Amino acid sequence: MKKRRSIKDPRGESLLFQRRALAGFVLIVLSLCLLVSRFVFLQVMHHDEFVTRSQANRVKPRAIPPARGLIYDRNGVLLADNVPAFRLEVVPEQVKDMPALLAALGKVVPLGQDDLDAFRKQLAQSRRFESVPLKMHLTEDEIDRFAVNRWRFPGVDVVPYLTRRYPFGELLAHVVGYVGRIDASDVERLDPKRYQGTSHVGRSGLERSYEDVLHGTPGYELLEVNADGRTQRVLETHPPIPGKNLYLSIDVRLQRAAENAFAGRPGAAVAIDPRNGQVLAMVSVPTFDPNLFVNGISQADYSGLTNDPDKPLYNRALRGVYPPGSTVKPFLALGGLEYGVRRPEDTVLSTGEFCLPGQKRCYRDDTRGGDGTVNMVRAIEKSTNTYFYKLALDLGIDRLSAWMSRFGFGSKTGIDLVGEAEGILPSREWKAQHSKFGWFPGETVIAGIGQGYWTVTPLQLGHAIATFAGHGVPYAPRLVMATAAVTDGQRRPLPNPPTGPSLIRKASEWDVVNEGMRAVIVSGTGRLARLNDGFPYLISGKSGTAERFSRTSEAYDTNKNTAYLATRHRAWFMGYTPSDDPQIAAAVVLEAGAWGGTDAGPIMRKIFDAWALAKGAKLGVSPPASAPPLEDGNPSPVEDVPAQASSTDGAIP
Amino acid sequence: MIGVLHVRLRRFLRRLLTRPRIDLPLAAGLFLLASIGLVTLYSAGDGSLPLVGGQAGRFVLGGVLLLVVSRIPPSVLRSWTPWLYAGSTALLVVVAILGEGRGSVRWLDLGVMRFQPSELLKLTMPMMVAWYLHSRQLPPGWKDIAVVGALIAIPAGLIAEQPDLGTAVLVAAAGAFALFLSGMAWWRIGLLIGAVAGMVPVGWHFLHQYQRDRVLTLLNPESDPLGNGWHIIQSQIAVGSGGIFGKGWQHSTQSRLDFLPEHTTDFIFAVFSEEFGLVGVCSLIALYAFIIGRCLWIAMEARDTYSRLLAGAIGMSFFVYVFVNGGMVAGMLPVVGVPLPMISYGGTSAVSLLTGFGVLMSIHAHRKTHL
Repeated sequence: MKKRRSIKDPRGESLLFQRRALAGFVLIVLSLCLLVSRFVFLQVMHHDEFVTRSQANRVKPRAIPPARGLIYDRNGVLLADNVPAFRLEVVPEQVKDMPALLAALGKVVPLGQDDLDAFRKQLAQSRRFESVPLKMHLTEDEIDRFAVNRWRFPGVDVVPYLTRRYPFGELLAHVVGYVGRIDASDVERLDPKRYQGTSHVGRSGLERSYEDVLHGTPGYELLEVNADGRTQRVLETHPPIPGKNLYLSIDVRLQRAAENAFAGRPGAAVAIDPRNGQVLAMVSVPTFDPNLFVNGISQADYSGLTNDPDKPLYNRALRGVYPPGSTVKPFLALGGLEYGVRRPEDTVLSTGEFCLPGQKRCYRDDTRGGDGTVNMVRAIEKSTNTYFYKLALDLGIDRLSAWMSRFGFGSKTGIDLVGEAEGILPSREWKAQHSKFGWFPGETVIAGIGQGYWTVTPLQLGHAIATFAGHGVPYAPRLVMATAAVTDGQRRPLPNPPTGPSLIRKASEWDVVNEGMRAVIVSGTGRLARLNDGFPYLISGKSGTAERFSRTSEAYDTNKNTAYLATRHRAWFMGYTPSDDPQIAAAVVLEAGAWGGTDAGPIMRKIFDAWALAKGAKLGVSPPASAPPLEDGNPSPVEDVPAQASSTDGAIP
Repeated sequence: MIGVLHVRLRRFLRRLLTRPRIDLPLAAGLFLLASIGLVTLYSAGDGSLPLVGGQAGRFVLGGVLLLVVSRIPPSVLRSWTPWLYAGSTALLVVVAILGEGRGSVRWLDLGVMRFQPSELLKLTMPMMVAWYLHSRQLPPGWKDIAVVGALIAIPAGLIAEQPDLGTAVLVAAAGAFALFLSGMAWWRIGLLIGAVAGMVPVGWHFLHQYQRDRVLTLLNPESDPLGNGWHIIQSQIAVGSGGIFGKGWQHSTQSRLDFLPEHTTDFIFAVFSEEFGLVGVCSLIALYAFIIGRCLWIAMEARDTYSRLLAGAIGMSFFVYVFVNGGMVAGMLPVVGVPLPMISYGGTSAVSLLTGFGVLMSIHAHRKTHL
């Protein structure tokens, strides 16, 4: 090759290209000869061998789907089961007139429009001699009627299969979730090898987040087929490995008690063992029947669920975000001690109103005229806003949000479910991202009583109170305690180490806040609901009441009717027991509750009752089902009133 | 203004029909290939007329695109090239972002149709490399080779990430052929190939598990009786049992009894080999060789460097399809999703191939008047 030319040389380039094109063509022809030689190798040299193999090619593999793992509660109560069911299948090539057959069959076994649509779709995709499912989950009555008329329908058969059943139905729909039939979008997502022959996949809840564990590994069998491709006999079977069983930390008795305590009122509750993060109960009311989804939910059922104004499909415990209100006060008090901003004996004078210097608009206390001089314990007991306004200001928003984020506010708790909401923890950074205005001191003030931008999920609050109850050691909430392989049945616990060191440096600080929350139950908002009456252990807790709307009219101040307030308030209660050695912590939200203590408190108590009963404790006189009615127009002086207008509504977005 | 456009459009459409700028030998070769494709598809698809009809429809659409593109002079194509390349690469990035978190996303859903941006790169990649080298001093030095390498690596990497290794190989090959044809010195080629061979163990780590599995099952097909190993074994049985003269049209037992997977798409060559035997295979490969040769001939006659490199690269990348698909069917190469051009049923491949040949027709029409 010549040296580099300084100007472009079209003729030279053209010649160079011709040489290259020729060389390329020679290489291509050589490669194609190599390819042909491989075909010669297969088609000439090994022809006889392959002809024999082709004629003997009577063996086809067929996948055997694994049985899905079962789900149990902590005491071994079965929550998700595989039950044999029967479905109607049609072999297309044995049917002469499909529309006529479907019409006649429809008179014997009712066929819905959904069944027919799915059937036609699958019919178009399958081969003539492969049977296509027509109707899943036949009732016994339908099977009987078909059996009598079977001679009229050649090519139609009743075939057994395993389907998922949730014996507790609605009770655990938001925890266990449900499986659904694999659809076109799943096919792209799932590993085709692992899902050969499988018809269902976890759609929501634990069925979805533990799909890998529950699914198992398919086996296969080698089938001998005849010249038409039909199966003659099974030659070899390689059995599948069933999915692992799950053991939840949920106790069905607690779950049931929590669900019943709501009596259908929308809300959510989470109960956690503070010693290890195990979730003992998690309910979201209203709920739905997961069994409807397993074999394809009918259009009518589905639109009924989605159009319900209370949104039963919505998991409020996991995804509902609500302003936390006064429930943040104990955590804030602890922060004050922790940062050395407050000593337990420091007092604040509550006069009924707290004003920032130089501002006309003031922040109100719960009670007209205030609670007088309060120290930390009394401030928690009385839920004295002024005490916490000042504490929030003294901490400053940066320390406040840094401290609260350690309790898990503003971030996912890390529970083993998909789709958890993060809520909002107010901070300078958060506001900078969401507003063109800077941080105002007034926003720090209302953050002190859990209002303003602040939103939490019931799970987050449950996690926070459990972290406190566990003397500050944080655990990610866990629903699944252990897995067990079907082969040996041995339970293998899933480790759940603490996510960090304890948040509490001095045990005495914990004691102060605990004393405050004890006082709430004994003489504060919990007294009215008699939350500790007849209960064998001491309970600590804190109520919270947050406004759903900002105050626009004077009606709020004049109308003290409970039903009216319930439409405007969200009632919270959180607590734990036994106070000296907490073993269960819970957070409850009632979407339309008038007051935290009297409306949400009893729900928490019923969960604790079920827990104590499960421990074998004897209960004394139970508290009344709901709090005694308030005297008209005169709310309890100790009930905490949402102090300042909060424009953020924690309702479902 | 609209009137002028209208007149021009009418003239363009009239000339499309009255004075098509096509190269007859190449067109004849493509027509023959399409006919073989439809006949094979009829047999492989169990005599399904909608299948054959759909494929014929794609050929018609591709033919129309071929005619339209053949009317665009290479100089115009050249001036569009950087935009076309940047646009198609940007679409790849969009797919990569939309596909975040899902397993394998190659499609862009346009509402009316789904569209695979990587298919565009099969054409815009050689265009871009030819465009870049057109104004450079040839043969290219290390600096130009490095630039071309980057031009190839970015889209090819994005496609391989989707993951669609087959298309990534095709796209990269199209660019590499343009570089080869530009006269890159043999010793540099040798050095680069040596370096790439040295990178193979490193590249192995970047492959997806399923891609590694495919290579491993090629070495030991019996290890995977439900997946690719099964494909490889059944495909070889189909090919081998065809013998010299084949079992005859519509007598492929392997595909008929459903032993052969994907027998209308990626493995259609196995059906063809089973039915028409070695004689059919040699004839088909000869036809492919003729088309490739004709492409290179058109390239040699082309007027400027851009046209030459582009025509040559399109022709040579056609070879990659044939070799990769044939090698896969015959059990020489791992299972990658590369169709047999103009024969495999499906999607956008036939349309994009014919559009590429439209470019060749245009280059042919603007060839040097004398050599």
